[in-house]
Amino acid sequence: MAYSDKVLDHYTNPRNVGSLDKSSPEVGTGLVGAPECGDVMKLQIKVNPETNIIEDAKFKTFGCGSAIASSSLATEWVKGKSVDEALAIRNTDIVKELALPPVKIHCSVLAEDAIRAAIGDWKKKNATQSEAPLKDAAVEQRT
Amino acid sequence: MAEIMITNVTASNLGGDVKLPIYMDNHATTPTDPRVLQEMLPYFCEKFGNAASRNHEFGWVAEQAVEQARQQIAKLIGATSKEIIFTSGATESDNLAIKGVAEMYKEKGNHIITQTTEHKAVLDSCKRLEKCGFRVTYLPVQKDGRIDLDDLKRAMDDKTILVTIMAANNEIGVLQPIREIGALCHERGVLFHTDAVQAIGKVPFNVIEDNVDLASISAHKFYGPKGVGGLYVRRKNPRVQLVAQIDGGGHERGMRSGTLNVTGIVGLGKACALAGEEMAEEATRLTALRDRLKDAILGQLDECYVNGSMEHRLPGNMNISFAYVEGESLLMGINDVAVSSGSACTSATLEPSYVLKALGAGDDLAHSSIRFGIGRFNTEAEVDYVAKRVVETVKRLRELSPLYEMAKEGIDLKKVQWAAEPTH
Repeated sequence: MAYSDKVLDHYTNPRNVGSLDKSSPEVGTGLVGAPECGDVMKLQIKVNPETNIIEDAKFKTFGCGSAIASSSLATEWVKGKSVDEALAIRNTDIVKELALPPVKIHCSVLAEDAIRAAIGDWKKKNATQSEAPLKDAAVEQRT
Repeated sequence: MAEIMITNVTASNLGGDVKLPIYMDNHATTPTDPRVLQEMLPYFCEKFGNAASRNHEFGWVAEQAVEQARQQIAKLIGATSKEIIFTSGATESDNLAIKGVAEMYKEKGNHIITQTTEHKAVLDSCKRLEKCGFRVTYLPVQKDGRIDLDDLKRAMDDKTILVTIMAANNEIGVLQPIREIGALCHERGVLFHTDAVQAIGKVPFNVIEDNVDLASISAHKFYGPKGVGGLYVRRKNPRVQLVAQIDGGGHERGMRSGTLNVTGIVGLGKACALAGEEMAEEATRLTALRDRLKDAILGQLDECYVNGSMEHRLPGNMNISFAYVEGESLLMGINDVAVSSGSACTSATLEPSYVLKALGAGDDLAHSSIRFGIGRFNTEAEVDYVAKRVVETVKRLRELSPLYEMAKEGIDLKKVQWAAEPTH
């Protein structure tokens, strides 16, 4: 099975590798997959609190070339989008962009899950923050 | 007739330069040795007769070549030439041995014993027999990849007609204690078949000393051509009989019908002759190269684990799991080196290596494994290059890995509650 040029490109020059501060209220962290399955993706977003636009995104992935490429592409796509726009990203878009063969479609599904998990985490943090700011600041400092 | 250039490619004249891509997957297949090809060539266009043509010189010449090959194979494994049957390869030999014995001896018993890290040709043949009413015991292996002889003893009963256990494993290179297994089988009057594909031509193998009744052989695993193999079938003490699986003409003493692949057989014979002459020296050389590769990698990376026994192992085999790095992404990163992985992502079925699972390694380490198969044509310079590329790539991928990050933070990955994963 030969890899598509785009997958190879993302693998050789992955975009946005790294980590954001997990404890920051502006950061949402999604951790999906499992080591026993051979695929684990961590995708983080940093959302501007006023505009709700995703200003920055970072990823780290344990997985095959297609999984790395899918998550790298996901960080590229979410940057500059609003949270709601990012939720509209579908795994089928990733499959098309990277020309993933059928046996690798699940990698794109995991990337979509990672985006949702990151947004979900950010939403959870920001929902509680508006209710009881002082208490949750203490919780965040501990993590 | 076309002129074919044969260059005598030996390890010593590849020198210090490394030619890319490097082939280091010699358990999957091996390049045909140019000397083997040379031996085969006349039988394509000049001496092209059917070895079963009894009535003219074309047939006699072909038959003579086949008989010579039979002798060469028999000599390598301590058999007589009448005990060698030719097949299309080891998969066919495994099928013939297992199904042929089962059918022949089914009145005597219906129990077969094998083990969990066998090649699929053996496991799937056993599964087929289970569907036909045979009982199969799949012995577990210990952490080093070898079976426990006491487990085998306990599993044998008065209905056991066959034990089939491989001499050497294709993924982890581990050598099973076949001499002891064979002795046990002979004591109990049970036939012993061994898939000797990865062992023959690489380590000493003698059907008399090792108490073997049937053995599968594959040419392309030790520098012969693809598409031809053999089955050793013992004729004395005891005399083994088989029900043929392919009918049509009664070739090979009625055990395997079909026109013989003369060119392939000549190649197989020559590969055996070369192995007999060169095996001892080659084994020493390959063991040194293998250990050089292992020491270079383990010396520069932490959290790398060798899969399978180092003591009982094929000279050219190395299998290492690199924690926190997935196998296919590693293969992609060393794309100028040909090796293979036990990762699910590299298999068509998305299942991780069942051999590594049988060792008790977690799935995560199975996904992180790379198999290196060093062979006759690999050099020290190539081994050094491969070690360098592997170390660089693992380091790079660990920077990309969330698992490595978590481990460095002191998180015990075994205690993490992972999110549910879409099923493969």
